[in-house]
Amino acid sequence: MSEFGITASQTVGPFLKIGLAQGDQEYVVAENVKGALRIDGHVYDGQGQPVPDAMIEIWQANIYGKYDHPDDPTDAELVKSFYGFGRSCTDKNGNFFFVTVKPGRVVGLGNTLQAPHLAVNVFARGMLKQQVTRLYFSDEIQANSEDPVLNSIDDAGVRDTLVASKVNDENGMPCYKFNIHLQGEMETAFFDV
Amino acid sequence: MSEPVGYRRDSQDEHPPALYEGYKSTVLRSPKRLPIKINHTLTEITGPLFGHGKLQPGEDDLSIENGEEAQGQRIFVSGRVLDEDGRPVPRTLIEIWQCNAAGRYRHPIDQHPAPLDPNFVGQGRVVTSDEGEYKFTTIKPGAYPWGNHYNAWRPAHIHFSLFGPAFVTRVITQMYFPDDPLFLFDPIFNSIPDESARQRLVSKFDLDSTKPDFALSFKFNFIVRGRDATPFEE
Repeated sequence: MSEFGITASQTVGPFLKIGLAQGDQEYVVAENVKGALRIDGHVYDGQGQPVPDAMIEIWQANIYGKYDHPDDPTDAELVKSFYGFGRSCTDKNGNFFFVTVKPGRVVGLGNTLQAPHLAVNVFARGMLKQQVTRLYFSDEIQANSEDPVLNSIDDAGVRDTLVASKVNDENGMPCYKFNIHLQGEMETAFFDV
Repeated sequence: MSEPVGYRRDSQDEHPPALYEGYKSTVLRSPKRLPIKINHTLTEITGPLFGHGKLQPGEDDLSIENGEEAQGQRIFVSGRVLDEDGRPVPRTLIEIWQCNAAGRYRHPIDQHPAPLDPNFVGQGRVVTSDEGEYKFTTIKPGAYPWGNHYNAWRPAHIHFSLFGPAFVTRVITQMYFPDDPLFLFDPIFNSIPDESARQRLVSKFDLDSTKPDFALSFKFNFIVRGRDATPFEE
């Protein structure tokens, strides 16, 4: 162990919204931004019951595949006023949503190219530490087939839990459905990062 | 392009497990499959950085609401955010929330029959300085009962949310107060297997940073994951 021991995680508890539900953090971009899309989903527990006290956070690259962060060394362009962070606390039905844009492809390890994806953190009462997952897009069939993280998962059923399904547009905005199952037959693939 | 430099992996016993049966709500909210290990890409080594100047004055002071003083013991909570190599983490956002001095949260589902305080909301934010320092003024929170088991009480705590420099340094935790007799009986505190990791969540009383005739003071440092050694160029 290093001299500076890590700070352990603890649950967000049932009152998380007091501290974490600030402003319109579901809107990574405004609805009128070109390419804006909506992601909708529910969080479920091991008995398929909705989780009304969860918080989902997303982190993503911009449309060119560039992260707004000094450790992204690539030459891709930044987009003014695009930071790539979103947060949504679930409502009483376990529902969360985001309005964002589809990120570009980001380089992976070993000269690979990752499919468009969001990094996802899941927090809730009853979770002592967050679970980490990713969200991919169902209409990126070619890119998804080349993605090293997706391809590292042998079980197609498990892999598919990471793919948000394109559903009917709402008011002209593309929509994707992405449910998170903390446990059970449809359990989401979670990552050790 | 060279491969990104990743972050060090946490040891298993310094964080709580997903399933800790003493904390009953984990039973249906813990995945049964083991998490899939992935090596860090640009996605994992980057993360949301704040410092866009979005904080309002007074967000670091929970003890005053609309110019009126909250009830209870006024305290400072301060310290530094460092990584595992002792390097400061500058300009990182810290969000806190807590119950009031009587042990009541200002939240519709909190039905504990303890008084609400009109001058206490229990929510604050700060951004760390260039040296990783932070400081809040608040009210010492009370202990409160909860429904986990018969006569269950949470030790007094403040919820802390931190980002750090990368997606993988994100942590949400609870800071406790020294010598709380409820530690022994609290499954959330005791879910951390490693004794010293558990004790690191307990703040320290610090006489030097108190303000005479005004406030007591507790010190609490956060340590987030450090960087791996630099890999060779490809």
